[in-house]
Amino acid sequence: MRSAVVLFPGSNRDHDMVKALHSITGVQPTVVWHQDATLPDVDLIVLPGGFSYGDYLRCGAIAARSPAMLDVAKKAKAGVRVLGICNGFQILTEAGLLPGALMRNAHLRFVCKEVKLEVVNNDTDFTRAYAKGQVIRCPVAHHDGNYFADAETLARLEGENRVAFRYAEGTNPNGSINDIAGILNEAGNVLGMMPHPENLIEALQGGFDGRGLFESVVTSLAA
Amino acid sequence: MKVRVTITLKAGVLDPQGKAIEGALRGLGFAGIDGARQGKIIDLALAETNPDKARATVADMCEKLLANTVIENYDIAILG
Repeated sequence: MRSAVVLFPGSNRDHDMVKALHSITGVQPTVVWHQDATLPDVDLIVLPGGFSYGDYLRCGAIAARSPAMLDVAKKAKAGVRVLGICNGFQILTEAGLLPGALMRNAHLRFVCKEVKLEVVNNDTDFTRAYAKGQVIRCPVAHHDGNYFADAETLARLEGENRVAFRYAEGTNPNGSINDIAGILNEAGNVLGMMPHPENLIEALQGGFDGRGLFESVVTSLAA
Repeated sequence: MKVRVTITLKAGVLDPQGKAIEGALRGLGFAGIDGARQGKIIDLALAETNPDKARATVADMCEKLLANTVIENYDIAILG
């Protein structure tokens, strides 16, 4: 599987993501600078976590208007899988590739801990390796992960089964509406989520629960 | 031409920062506070001299970048 990681000024989880992708796919991902107007032809584009542009204006707002993102939007429309983690999720909503917005955590504190995620929809290219309703461990680290969408958008997301992950067992760390941790676009090829599956993929990190997400993408390509 | 953009959260969108400000004001002994909402102001200096054109350009800027219209409203004022 060929993959690319887009690097913005202020990204800081790109190394973890590159390492995870290399470890799971066996192929070194291409790192693309945000000013590059054309991304290479890959099977998966990842927007990593971090604090692009220092979270100026709004988290992800300025990164979402970078030249690389125009090509990400074009490729997403053509069906290329796009994964946005944490700041990457914020960038995807700011770019209009996913609905809603990520707001300041309801309790106003930066949250850095492990939460439980329920796999709400396992019939996606990102979640196939999990069972429906399976609860997995996953770390979070963010200040602005409070997912918000208006009632109409929310009803659509729920009705179309586009909530991929929900914070489970009372672990909602940020006040997200409907405990939403990760959502899909209409076509199902774009996933945004606040938690960091790339940080739970080997024994050194204390578990493997995050591997399934990347393995799902690999499996979906082979299918 | 100087233009001021005021960005505020839409009604119904939770504003935890506004809530914290409200709580702190109460803590200082200020009574009768019915609410506090935090927003932001962006002052622009534009080469444009026609107020209508400036307003239209800034509205475009707000839609494309300055405001996230999912959660925010914006107001444009020509300062002269």
